[in-house]
Amino acid sequence: MGFSKDQLLNRLQELEIDYTKYEHPPVLTVEAQAKYVSSSEGALSKNLFFKDKKHRYYIVSAMVDTKVDMKVLSQRLGLGKGGIRMAPEEALTQLLQVSLECVTPFAVVNESARDVSLLLDQNFKNQKRCIFHPLSNEVSVSLNTSGLDKFLKSIERDPVYVDLEANPAVGKDQPPDLAVYVPSNSVVIPEISNETSTKQTPPPKSVSAEVKPVASAKPSKPATKGKSVVVEKSTPLAFKNPEKFVEEIMDKTSALLLSEAKVENVEALAETLRKRLTSELTHLAIMYKNTAYTEGFHAGKHSQPKRL
Amino acid sequence: MEVDKKDERESESSEQVVNPWEVSAKDGGKIDYDKLIDKFGCQRLDESLIDRVQRLTSRQPHVFLRRGVFFAHRDFNEILDAYEKGDKFYLYTGRGPSSEALHLGHLIPFMFTKYLQEAFKVPLVIQLTDDEKCMWKNLSVEESQRLARENAKDIIACGFDVTKTFIFSDFDYVGGAFYKNMVKVSKCVTLNKAMGIFGFSGEDHIGKLSFPPVQAVPSFPSSFPHLFPGKDNLRCLIPCAIDQDPYFRMTRDVAPRLGYSKPALIESSFFPALQGENGKMSASDPNSAIYVTDTAKDIKNKINRYAFSGGQDSVEKHRELGANLEVDIPVKYLSFFLEDDSELEHIKKEYGEGRMLTGEVKKRLTEVLTEMVERHRRSRAAVTDEMVDAFMAVRPLPSMFE
Repeated sequence: MGFSKDQLLNRLQELEIDYTKYEHPPVLTVEAQAKYVSSSEGALSKNLFFKDKKHRYYIVSAMVDTKVDMKVLSQRLGLGKGGIRMAPEEALTQLLQVSLECVTPFAVVNESARDVSLLLDQNFKNQKRCIFHPLSNEVSVSLNTSGLDKFLKSIERDPVYVDLEANPAVGKDQPPDLAVYVPSNSVVIPEISNETSTKQTPPPKSVSAEVKPVASAKPSKPATKGKSVVVEKSTPLAFKNPEKFVEEIMDKTSALLLSEAKVENVEALAETLRKRLTSELTHLAIMYKNTAYTEGFHAGKHSQPKRL
Repeated sequence: MEVDKKDERESESSEQVVNPWEVSAKDGGKIDYDKLIDKFGCQRLDESLIDRVQRLTSRQPHVFLRRGVFFAHRDFNEILDAYEKGDKFYLYTGRGPSSEALHLGHLIPFMFTKYLQEAFKVPLVIQLTDDEKCMWKNLSVEESQRLARENAKDIIACGFDVTKTFIFSDFDYVGGAFYKNMVKVSKCVTLNKAMGIFGFSGEDHIGKLSFPPVQAVPSFPSSFPHLFPGKDNLRCLIPCAIDQDPYFRMTRDVAPRLGYSKPALIESSFFPALQGENGKMSASDPNSAIYVTDTAKDIKNKINRYAFSGGQDSVEKHRELGANLEVDIPVKYLSFFLEDDSELEHIKKEYGEGRMLTGEVKKRLTEVLTEMVERHRRSRAAVTDEMVDAFMAVRPLPSMFE
């Protein structure tokens, strides 16, 4: 099953993230939460769970008085005017593995939520501390955004902060500014029957209709659309490592050779190879060169002066 | 012949409008490029120039030249004259980072510029006008700077050589020698002139008024003392879309007064939306363009469902009449991106005469675009923040002409 509150809090401690915990009776609303956790402890958050027409899911976590206009958000995501709506409860339980009242950024720690896009209110950054439920509505934690960022990075997510109240025009030459945060994979939540019959088998664990592209022998990268999952260290090896670089060249060349094998004339074959491969391999070589230069640049920036 | 066209902004409701902030055809039809060249006073890029490029660079001219995508120029022949004599030049192009989502149309000037860099072995400066977008699109300073860096990654992924390329954002770089040139240019352009060229009015804020010099001065080598010290006579070639012409008409007008060479230009036509030339490539409609973040499935879907077809309504009619190649978008897109001239000719012939069906053409287009987008994605994934820092570092480029 999903992460429990205790597992999450342990993880925060392991990561040496500074947080303060408040226990209280279960709360169903922000107003109720406010009764137990005063604003001096930090900024309360409202957490919304949306889905779009293509079964892609989003958590939007915002300051309580940040206005979140779903129509504007939908447009900024490139989904048209009415493209998003509140996600149904089944999605919440299956994908986020929390109950209705405690949607929280922390829910993305679950494997089942790997395709859920997380958008955080930019205003959080100005707060000393912010308050979220740590997967339970009987507890609240307050922590600084840098702590939240550290946590997100530890699960290979890039923290994404957005000015939620911005309403940029979306039109020709002004593409939707949040479109890049739309998940690259949609998720199918199997329908569960409404009657809660006790003898039924439990609903299948969250299913992803389209599995993330499997890492093949070739170091190809998944779309950068699911930005929250790609981490800095993922430079394809072919651009960094001489052996992989040569392997990539040999792979491409032999693939082309085999596919053109029917050509009897060897000169013609050589000519075809040259014609079809030159631009692609040059491109590969340029990326290799750029990567090497960048590594040198980094080394130069961090090199220490000669000791006398 | 340079003709100073004043006052493009006379009421043109029945005329086509082409300027940096608006492009629209007359009566919802197609852009008349001949009229545009006439009005702007630039030249057509003819076959002889393309042949000359082939001879000078010893390689096949880029597909965009062969297919007339880059079709107009100012003084490109002079650049080639100088090059033949051994006098090099540098390239200058740019992007206004208004959004993170880049589509294929955005990549076109960069793909072409990369070819020019490789073919002529010359350095390149790329300007990211984050200040412009901050002002015109009302973005915050931080957001426009962030977008500039994100766009830089896609630009780098097009395959520029870091040892010959300097990318800069206005917010980072304006100052020093660059700013000195900006002031010199500003002194030469009256308020009235600026209003005439760019259509500014009393209602526009002064930020907009003072922007044009920012886009003008990268044409002058003295704006980059770390790159071209002592090379004040180095000429500049600017590949851009033709709607940017007003900035550089102003620049060319001012240059002689400052004792600088006029920048040369090589200009492209506009990339059509999926729904057709008359359609608008609208950012609120993700189906009007192919984005670099689209998956293979997205591309296939978009082409199949939204690419405007010039084919006939029924198979019988199509076999009889053939396709209307003038309005057919898949063929148009193939003419941009299908490298093989003979294959394109074959498709045009078979499709135009009704023997090939729309489905086949769309299938081929989907293949071509998917390969392109996939390659871009791979390269993009390899671009780290550190690589962006390297491209944007104010550093000398000792091997820029090698």
